[in-house]
Amino acid sequence: MSLNGQQIKQIIFKIAQMIDENKMYLTELDAAIGDGDHGINMSKGFQAVIDKIKDDNGDNIGDMLKKVSMALIANVGGASGPLYGTAFMKAGMWVGNRREISIEDYYNMLLEALNGIKARGRASIGEKTMVDSLEPAINELKVSIDNKFNELECLEKMVNSAKLGMENTKNIVATKGRASYLGERSIGHLDPGAVSCYLILKTIFEEVKKIKG
Amino acid sequence: MVSLVIVSHSEKIAKGIKELALQMAPDVKIEIAGGTGDGRIGTDCLNIMNAINNAYSDDGVLILFDLGSALMNSEMALDFMENIDKSKVKIAKCAIVEGAIAGAVEASIGKTIDEILEALESYRINK
Repeated sequence: MSLNGQQIKQIIFKIAQMIDENKMYLTELDAAIGDGDHGINMSKGFQAVIDKIKDDNGDNIGDMLKKVSMALIANVGGASGPLYGTAFMKAGMWVGNRREISIEDYYNMLLEALNGIKARGRASIGEKTMVDSLEPAINELKVSIDNKFNELECLEKMVNSAKLGMENTKNIVATKGRASYLGERSIGHLDPGAVSCYLILKTIFEEVKKIKG
Repeated sequence: MVSLVIVSHSEKIAKGIKELALQMAPDVKIEIAGGTGDGRIGTDCLNIMNAINNAYSDDGVLILFDLGSALMNSEMALDFMENIDKSKVKIAKCAIVEGAIAGAVEASIGKTIDEILEALESYRINK
């Protein structure tokens, strides 16, 4: 795959744009089972991300991802701030001063991000959280890489798996986060965090497809 | 004397809890981190870092929090802080109102942070 820092920066800008376009949708999902601020919080956080990295030349991918992390931590406000902030921080720490990343590097960054999210939120799969879309996606990515699918196929399979995981959150009773106060009333609703996580992975795939296709 | 930090999604809740606790123990230092930096409902890692800094002494700081992200942001704030002895800062997983009042009273009679945490065990809730 080999993406350089400038390309990763463009993907992050696209993620920010996508989040902004989906902010009412994410907020509506959150209003059904949470505190109704997920989309607005994420949008605010990613607008701060753009400000923070717009002058970054992308030479140091790790540093750039740490800037993304700090912008999210300082500006999101809801639980997604520390969670996505931790995810980008861990990915940035893993990538360090590499000047470009391969699909295997991308897998390792996502895995670090997932482990960070699970530790910060004390979450595991099946609790109606972003882990329910992220973890199956990462597992599928690993299997696809091991089976030597080409890079775009690997990313597409990752996104499809994230989508299934995201859709499955409808069937789960929330035991984490604000939705856990609703118990069974949370059934039938998508988890907003699982949806935003799926949308981010989808945007990454689509942008890599544009760059490489 | 141990100080307290109250972390809430709502600035009003944080202020109200501080007011209640000070009624019982007026000499205890209580700092609050309520709401986000721009006045929304939520918690803010930077606010929490400031509150811990303002509350900090070598006697220790007890953090009480309301819901989910308040804990995550408190832990993250501690991860980022390098100018204090973090072993002296503890987070209590207890009912925030009862914990703040009991914690403030215990602090005011000179209990150590570990003794206060022990006393707050009876107000522990799953969160």
